[in-house]
Amino acid sequence: MKEYQTITEISGPLVFVETDEPVGYDDIVEIELSDGETRRGQVLESASDYVAIQVFEGTEGIDRNASVRFLGETMKMPVTEDLLGRVMDGTGQPIDGGPEIVPDERRDIVGEAINPFSREYPEEFIQTGVSAIDGMNTLVRGQKLPIFSASGLPHNDLALQIARQATVPEEDEASDDDEGSEFAVIFGAMGITAEEANEFMDDFERTGALERSVVFMNLADDPAVERTITPRLALTTAEYLAFEKDYHVLVILTDMTNYCEALREIGAAREEVPGRRGYPGYMYTDLAQLYERAGRIEGREGSVTQLPILTMPGDDDTHPIPDLTGYITEGQIYIDRDLNSQGIQPPINVLPSLSRLMDDGIGEGLTRADHADVKDQIFAAYAEGEDLRDLVNIVGREALSELDNKYLDFADRFEEEFVDQGFDTARDIDETLELGWDLLSMLPKDALNRIDEDLIEEHYREDETAEAVEAEA
Amino acid sequence: MSQATESDVREDGIIESVSGPVVTARDLDARMNDVVYVGSEGLMGEVIEIEGNITTIQVYEETSGVSPGEPVEGTGAPLSVDLGPGMLDAIYDGVQRPLDVLEEKMGSAFLDRGVDAPGIDLEKTWEFNPEVAEGDAVEPGDIVGSVPETPSIDHKVMVPPDYEGGEVVAIESGNFNVEETVAELDNGEEIQMRQEWPVRSQRPAKEKETPTEPLISGQRVLDGLFPIAKGGTAAIPGPFGSGKTVTQHQLAKWADADIVVYVGCGERGNEMTEVIEDFPELEDPTTGNALMDRTCLIANTSNMPVAARESCVYTGITIAEYFRDMGYDVALMADSTSRWAEAMREISSRLEEMPGEEGYPAYLSARLSEFYERAGYFNNINDTEGSVSVIGAVSPPGGDFSEPVTQNTLRIVKTFWALDADLAERRHFPSINWNESYSLYRDQLDPWFVENVRDDWPETRQWAIDTLDEEAELQEIVQLVGKDALPEDQQLTLEIARYLREAWLQQNAFHDVDTFCEPEKTYRIMDAIQTYNDAAFEALDAGVPVEEITDIDAAPRLNRIGVQEDYNEYIDELEADIQEQLRELY
Repeated sequence: MKEYQTITEISGPLVFVETDEPVGYDDIVEIELSDGETRRGQVLESASDYVAIQVFEGTEGIDRNASVRFLGETMKMPVTEDLLGRVMDGTGQPIDGGPEIVPDERRDIVGEAINPFSREYPEEFIQTGVSAIDGMNTLVRGQKLPIFSASGLPHNDLALQIARQATVPEEDEASDDDEGSEFAVIFGAMGITAEEANEFMDDFERTGALERSVVFMNLADDPAVERTITPRLALTTAEYLAFEKDYHVLVILTDMTNYCEALREIGAAREEVPGRRGYPGYMYTDLAQLYERAGRIEGREGSVTQLPILTMPGDDDTHPIPDLTGYITEGQIYIDRDLNSQGIQPPINVLPSLSRLMDDGIGEGLTRADHADVKDQIFAAYAEGEDLRDLVNIVGREALSELDNKYLDFADRFEEEFVDQGFDTARDIDETLELGWDLLSMLPKDALNRIDEDLIEEHYREDETAEAVEAEA
Repeated sequence: MSQATESDVREDGIIESVSGPVVTARDLDARMNDVVYVGSEGLMGEVIEIEGNITTIQVYEETSGVSPGEPVEGTGAPLSVDLGPGMLDAIYDGVQRPLDVLEEKMGSAFLDRGVDAPGIDLEKTWEFNPEVAEGDAVEPGDIVGSVPETPSIDHKVMVPPDYEGGEVVAIESGNFNVEETVAELDNGEEIQMRQEWPVRSQRPAKEKETPTEPLISGQRVLDGLFPIAKGGTAAIPGPFGSGKTVTQHQLAKWADADIVVYVGCGERGNEMTEVIEDFPELEDPTTGNALMDRTCLIANTSNMPVAARESCVYTGITIAEYFRDMGYDVALMADSTSRWAEAMREISSRLEEMPGEEGYPAYLSARLSEFYERAGYFNNINDTEGSVSVIGAVSPPGGDFSEPVTQNTLRIVKTFWALDADLAERRHFPSINWNESYSLYRDQLDPWFVENVRDDWPETRQWAIDTLDEEAELQEIVQLVGKDALPEDQQLTLEIARYLREAWLQQNAFHDVDTFCEPEKTYRIMDAIQTYNDAAFEALDAGVPVEEITDIDAAPRLNRIGVQEDYNEYIDELEADIQEQLRELY
């Protein structure tokens, strides 16, 4: 292994080194400072006489006398089942004081794309116990469903609630060869505050979830460049546990916005031609290489489900980060500021939220035969009610027809009863759907045009309930 | 994929630098757009710039660990696809490597590097039936025989367009593999079932004609309001979650093309898996055979290498043109062209080219036009007629249609299906906005609809458009004063328009019956609503209050026509009931 003391330029997170032997692209580098400290980095560009290196731990204190070693391999993550229950920093070094990790395998963190031909289409319903998700935007195993949030909103509480409550109902019935498929949570934190980190850790410890979790922590005061590898370490671990050890892995990545900021920082330091809002032009590809590492593989038991969290700058979902994310992921869950200020927990706005894999994950044998129709009808009725709210502000309730008033009541009760359930309540899918019928029965039967007639007969609360409900309202 | 068929030996080069998918090599003797093999692992790449003795290459595979000093080997041939029997039913990556074969070769569910495989099976034998006899003269493009490739499609074996042609001296029927010679010409040219074609050049045709036949999609809003012609071009722009992919899938499933080429360009892996799992189980509504028998899939998902994403639309359209040459109507779906444009942008920025609008290269517009111009209704060089229809999804950032890819696409395509996030939010699917969308083919296709569906198709459609337009205007007033403040006739119009939206424009892609709607049914639903409209206005004129008219039991049944299999009977009865119930009111 050749050592160089030929640093020519240090700029932001980048170090340029003259070399006389070829160095592989993406290879790992160790830089030893004059005081003996070692930092790690990665080759970003390799030419025959120089290389550009991004240093994970920051370039502070590096001078031109530092020595640079090229390890001749790309970044690897040591993986083993023993990682469960461990807490690591953003570069994968244990920080929980536990024993050293003895890896089964060392895996390239970039990961290879899953051959679309080898994938299995995800259609196994995950019950999160959250009505706004289960009923309206169902999550399935192998899906990537981001939470679109913004600063000051309780996205972390929602993520924790899902991590705590997620189950697959009637597992033994659904597939009898499912034994040994356990549930695991991988938590990748990028640039979150120490306080937020504590919140997560406390919850993990309180609920005993830590035993089945692997935690990667890059905190707000850790080097930004390190954030670019944290999610890759997390996903490499997830893939190993899912596809080698048959775990059903839920990966929570928070906050993707910080990850993208780090990408922009590196792009700027390299003087690349910037894309929208200064983010690098390859951000779509880069994000896709993370998000697409969710899924199922034919013939393997396990699955990787991703729940990335991102905070939208200025609550703007046309910002490049949520925008590119939305084009890659299979839907999104919106956290809404208005609902939050009304005290609704979790404040999920179901209208712009979407789960693309929902239609194949629900219905008879999966959830319930009436699920799809109920969902469609609630969406339509709630959207109608939302529209009318604007109108009420102008003309007042009295000017509206009886039916319109019912839609308004429906929208209110939907938010207060269906969406609002508290962060500690878990509802199973039956409860959620029955609640849906309670609400839909406020509307006259012939307004339920999205629901099959037989299902209306079966589930519609006949007059007494409907009237009682009306009287109440 | 196929390269290295030309025998001239070229000099190898040496890697000078590596930066992501862009690699430069020194002393490589290669032409522009030649395919080269990069590094000791032999990663496939393409020459995209030559400057002095430095050649710039875009690499179709991940370049981690590749280092300067490794060799680069030229093939002397441009990026080409293998054309021949075996392409239908296949699923390829962006450079025509069959993904199922790759899985087998790599022995893993993950895509490894440096593995190559021919686009069509070279071992498999096919039954060849000659269509010309010894002594016949054939010209380039002429059909010499056919192969029953799938139950739906006879694969025609043609004289490659770059041959000279001549008299057939030997031809026989029998089972051959794709590399064996099936016919010989007097000038020594040998014809195999397999031919190659460089993806970036258009296959020649005699003449481009004006399309006059619609590509029936089975989607009411498309066939009814915004039809596309066989050989036409269409763009589907929309923000994420508005239903681009579902619309593309619906078209791939139900469009009445002979062949469908589906290019998943930089999209989600799970979506491609859905196609792979669903299509073999679905029936082609026109032939009753498996849908997969007429489909060729190209899947370059978003996490597969970016350079292969750039090339996948060319791979797709070249395959489409090849089937067009056999006289088939081909429909190509590209989902999404924005990813393709972004791949161009990414490569361009790595080359440090001067950027145009929003960082896209200045040649964006030219590349898009070149691509869409390969669509059309053609008189082929062998005098058959065939068409390539191109339907491109566009994913504008933030749903903003003023961005460069949408704008440059709209300048070229003649059909515009604008997807609308508001409609999607209220689960109005397909969420195609009827006020913003347009089709410039409408007039030239009208004669077909008149002849094949109903005489008054254009008039009835115009009535529907007018009603929807009027609704849009009235809605603005309703937003201010409420519905009840409107005069009765306008309230009735709103009600009729609501049925047009709910019973006619909305269509459930996930319902077994509603997912496909033949033109006759499209017409009848529209007509049933018009029947209600006419009878209702008559009743209104006779002094019946509007609430009573809209309150009749029969009217909501309009919303259920879509899911009826025996719709004719259902509509006849419904129309009678509507008229009877309205008559009873006065």
